[in-house]
Amino acid sequence: MINKIARSVADALAGIQDGATVLIGGFGTAGIPGELIDGLVEQGAKDLTVVNNNAGNGDTGLAALLKAGRVRKIICSFPRQADSQVFDGLYRSGKLELELVPQGNLAERIRAAGAGIGAFFCPTGYGTQLAGNRETREINGKQYVLEYPIHGDVALIKAERGDRWGNLVYRKAARNFGPVMAMASKKTIATVHDIAELGTLDPETVVTPGIFVHQVVRIERVATQAGGFKKAA
Amino acid sequence: MNMAYTRRTKDQLAARVAQDIFDGAVVNLGIGQPTLVANHLPAGREVILQSENGILGMGPAPEAGEEDYDLINAGKQPVTLLPGGSFFHHADSFAMMRGGHLDICVLGAFQVSATGDLANWHTGEKDAIPAVGGAMDLAIGAKQTWVMMDLLTKQGTSKLVQECTYPLTGIGCVKRVYSDLATLECTPQGLKLVDLVEGLTREELEKLVGLTIAA
Repeated sequence: MINKIARSVADALAGIQDGATVLIGGFGTAGIPGELIDGLVEQGAKDLTVVNNNAGNGDTGLAALLKAGRVRKIICSFPRQADSQVFDGLYRSGKLELELVPQGNLAERIRAAGAGIGAFFCPTGYGTQLAGNRETREINGKQYVLEYPIHGDVALIKAERGDRWGNLVYRKAARNFGPVMAMASKKTIATVHDIAELGTLDPETVVTPGIFVHQVVRIERVATQAGGFKKAA
Repeated sequence: MNMAYTRRTKDQLAARVAQDIFDGAVVNLGIGQPTLVANHLPAGREVILQSENGILGMGPAPEAGEEDYDLINAGKQPVTLLPGGSFFHHADSFAMMRGGHLDICVLGAFQVSATGDLANWHTGEKDAIPAVGGAMDLAIGAKQTWVMMDLLTKQGTSKLVQECTYPLTGIGCVKRVYSDLATLECTPQGLKLVDLVEGLTREELEKLVGLTIAA
């Protein structure tokens, strides 16, 4: 029997090794797998390369992982925030390597990894600092830069509902990087608020098919009085 | 030289941009000043707003107490979804830009060159922490990239330049600049005037920016 439901966050995260590349979903307050990041701090893997849109806020979540000294390199599009002081300090003191990637290139490089693409020519960033010294090519009169895929050893993502085969549906703009990160990693761990009985998720609305998911962990939902969802801690 | 002109306020500028957004357009409004444009879309025009974090048909901010932090815009503020709206993942969102499916994007800028080069992500200062977000993808992706900015810096230096001195976001990608003093088109041949605030002449504007502006 296939059963991808993990008993706990700690069980799901067991086996993440030092030096791993960890893709972490989320954009702003939406779709951040906070419980899994906290669990990774506990789990203790170090020398990590983290791929996320941002580089941590405040002192919790990704910022706590950085603060604990577990991250060697971060690949992201927007590290600078009003409350990114943990990243700022580590970056300025040279303790953390940064690869800055335009947001769409970040998403497409991750997607390419999941889709088995060796590299692709992309117009974004042509003629800018961020194209570095990568190969460029003119195709039908337009300039492109060669971009390479970003593979993950592990992806940590947040979905809304999942089943024991790993099928996932998301909620609103919390979908963001989840589907492409799930495709791009050797092991994908998703938190969900509901575990659905197999066969009860509408197959027409499954966003991430279970083939891309290895572990599903249920977490509590934190609702506001308005029925919305509180700002992630 | 008598320069008895009045600058457009931020809301007047937003209204000026909104005036040129056509019925049926799919538009991405960048973080900051461009988001104001949404408040000034003329009645009777149906415009679909895209947010890079995976929303089409984005609506205004919710009532206090109705915020849903799974439904936020690119600036990470709570928004709403209009009837007909949809959600999608990041790779699809940026495919909408790169693939030429967005009609218009409106961005802020540090500098724009006469031929439409854009600098809006980095001041180039050595100790500044760089952050690019979706700026480079948006700049080159939409069918039309418009910039919305004050024409002069607080020090009175023109932000319209012959050649950008700040690090580039994209080359030759800006089609129009909407500013507090004038609306201009960037072309391979240089700047072309679209309109001016009352009391300002084209010659006076040329002096302010130090560039030739075709009528």
